[in-house]
Amino acid sequence: MRGATHAKWAACAAAVALVATACGGGGDSGGDSGAVLSSSWGDPQNPLEPANTNEVQGGKVLDMIFRSLKKYNPETGEAEDMLAEKIETSDSQNFTITVKDGWTFSNGEKVTAKSFVDAWNYGASLKNNQKNAYFFGYIEGYDKTHPEDGGKQTADTLSGLKVVDDRTFTVKLSQKFSTFPDTLGYPAYAPLPQAFFTDHAGWLSKPIGNGPYAVDSYAKGSQMSLRKWEDYPGDDAAENGGVDLKVYTDNNTAYTDLLAGNLDLVDDVPAAQLKNVKNDLGDRYLNTPAGIIQTLAFPFYDENWNKSGSDKVRTGLSRAIDREQITETIFQKTRTPATDWTSPVLGEDGGFKEGLCGDACDYDPAEAKKLIQEGGGLPGGQVKITYNADTGSHKQWVDAVCNSINNALGNDKACVGNPVGTFADFRSQIGDQKMSGPFRAGWQMDYPLIQNFLQPLYYTNASSNDGKWSNKEFDDLVDEANAETDTAKAVETFQQAEEVLRDNMGAIPLWYQNGSAGYSDRLSNVKLNPFSVPVYNEIKVS
Amino acid sequence: MGRYVIRRLLQMIPVFIGATLLIFLMVNVMGDPIAGLCGDRQCDPATAAQLEKEFGLDKPVWQQYLTYMGNVFTGDFGTAFNGQPVTELMATAFPVTIRLTIIAIVFEIVIGITLGVVTGLRRGRPVDSGVLLVTLVVISVPTFVTGLLLQLLLGVKWGWIKPSVSSDATFGELIVPGLVLASVSLAYVTRLTRTSIAENKRSDYVRTAIAKGLPRRRVVTRHLLRNSLIPVVTFIGTDIGALMGGAIVTERIFNIHGVGFQLYQGILRQNTQTVVGFVTVLVLVFLVANLLVDLLYAVLDPRIRYA
Repeated sequence: MRGATHAKWAACAAAVALVATACGGGGDSGGDSGAVLSSSWGDPQNPLEPANTNEVQGGKVLDMIFRSLKKYNPETGEAEDMLAEKIETSDSQNFTITVKDGWTFSNGEKVTAKSFVDAWNYGASLKNNQKNAYFFGYIEGYDKTHPEDGGKQTADTLSGLKVVDDRTFTVKLSQKFSTFPDTLGYPAYAPLPQAFFTDHAGWLSKPIGNGPYAVDSYAKGSQMSLRKWEDYPGDDAAENGGVDLKVYTDNNTAYTDLLAGNLDLVDDVPAAQLKNVKNDLGDRYLNTPAGIIQTLAFPFYDENWNKSGSDKVRTGLSRAIDREQITETIFQKTRTPATDWTSPVLGEDGGFKEGLCGDACDYDPAEAKKLIQEGGGLPGGQVKITYNADTGSHKQWVDAVCNSINNALGNDKACVGNPVGTFADFRSQIGDQKMSGPFRAGWQMDYPLIQNFLQPLYYTNASSNDGKWSNKEFDDLVDEANAETDTAKAVETFQQAEEVLRDNMGAIPLWYQNGSAGYSDRLSNVKLNPFSVPVYNEIKVS
Repeated sequence: MGRYVIRRLLQMIPVFIGATLLIFLMVNVMGDPIAGLCGDRQCDPATAAQLEKEFGLDKPVWQQYLTYMGNVFTGDFGTAFNGQPVTELMATAFPVTIRLTIIAIVFEIVIGITLGVVTGLRRGRPVDSGVLLVTLVVISVPTFVTGLLLQLLLGVKWGWIKPSVSSDATFGELIVPGLVLASVSLAYVTRLTRTSIAENKRSDYVRTAIAKGLPRRRVVTRHLLRNSLIPVVTFIGTDIGALMGGAIVTERIFNIHGVGFQLYQGILRQNTQTVVGFVTVLVLVFLVANLLVDLLYAVLDPRIRYA
């Protein structure tokens, strides 16, 4: 077809212009450092500002064009120094951060302590509508720049941030938080160039960062072309010429394009294709653990779910779910039955403890039935599992979970699914505390720390504690762990808190989610990081 | 004629207001859109309140509607949640969908009417039965099946086309999607033309024309076809609106970033501004297309006059 040949010539011309390689032949081995790969993408939901991006699609771009103080190792998930030369503290509350010398943004501007402080102040300021503002909530002065109760903003900058000199700044937290430095790899903490503040609209239409790639062109809603930044000062420079991110409305189309050789990388294999993917792609299919856990949360604001004996009912429900079978038949092993409330990507040292849930997560229909009866039976004789029906094929697994519960209890009507039309409506019903029974809760980690799997979700009134579970013992243990300077001890204390969560069954852990991806035979060395985002800079194109 | 057009234009006003109001209310009923912006977690209340204020969601619905309509008349369709003005979204989406619609309409006219004429003139012959059977199949198979099937065969198995359309969406790339989009309507156009031709073939004026000794080609094109096209024109006219708004399925299959894509995303994200804006323009297109169809009647059939 005409359009196709044109595109091919254009691609060749671009490749020739970049590294003067011949077209059509294709490299034989090792990879061609000038070749560009194409990858599937979704239209980011929010403007592409670091402190305003809270979903994977926008995060993908930030991961390519920004480097922060820390970087999470794509394999182990460990936080390693990137722009930080050193982060020092003596009391887990006051930190002195030194920025490495020699880093610049892709427009030549130097990355200094001010680049960080300005960016963080921008993110924390209420008037900028940044959806990740709460990340700066631990820093002193946040209550002034971002009053939670809807009061008036009385300061534009965080009083806890001070620039000492060109390369040093200090951070004062409002409470002890020993693992704070490890959170600094999250994109919200990225430095920003002055252009972001002086020409905001211009920056948004073509973002400038300090990562291994620079944005070449950006057609909102359809495509973003990123090219290798040749002068990138870091040690993780891109091993390919660039990445073209193409927006797909339907991941099935992206998959078809991959099969037809029209696309190089798909990082979201559609559920319907999981059965064929091994046949279609062979070993060019990845299925690796990601920092995502799916749970069922309960409305603790509803008396029926928060009376004596309710914990037995909840544990009973947990034991009535045959996780093994559901992950195998519905998810084709792209999910793993959960046995704790964290994720395997944390590793043993990071706080993942296989089997921490113990019996409470083992499938045992007889025991389940007994526990629910002891706990006073199901409230109203029936549980309704609420979920949003618009994305993520949630209906299938909710129906399967209900089936499993119904079979265990020997009652066809013990459990039914309760679909909500759109995700936004689902979220707003949760926000208005309108849930009458268990509901779908998923958590994708912000940074690979056990703290991130527990505190935001189960601490009293925490930002994502949708079920409003509250337990003093749990809260005390989390506080204690945060104040602990020794990491191993902190992790141990967090695990004790997790045991409290288990004994009360504050939420039913279902399964750990894997990241999946498929790629064309042009690519090699394709990996997914613990956030289920492809590690673009390491991909080799032949 | 002029007065008729003015009367029709005036009639559009209540239709326009009613349609936009309905859409506005429907999107509003779906609930609070801000809640969906923060992923699987609660938006922090201060930011949520701030956003609500910025998008005017803190006011009562009737006031929101009035402000919105006021802005629309000054050409301001609001801002989508990703910070892009809706007019910018329209400027990228409509040209694509218009190209797609043009291709679909051309297919309908060229193939549909030709097949209709051929079968209408040869009623009961094998050609007629064959085409009838094919149209029956096309009508009964849903668009997404035809779309996916063609995509798989032409795009993956035989490699004739790319399975998806690039962001430029040129006419060449849109031929297959256009054919898929047109398929069902095409079948209807064929059947309508066929019936109409077959009926008029036996009418007096055709017999007169033949008796006058006019060549067969002239009888068919000038007399028979012109009079038989009235129902077909009505159908195609109303189909323009349906094709533009109803391209969601086709656009999704072939990854075309047109109106359907924006509407789908707007609905999923409960973005009132996008949905109402696009639907408003679609309503206008529909109304204007209908008016043009009515005016075309007078051109096709001299007996119809508008005072």
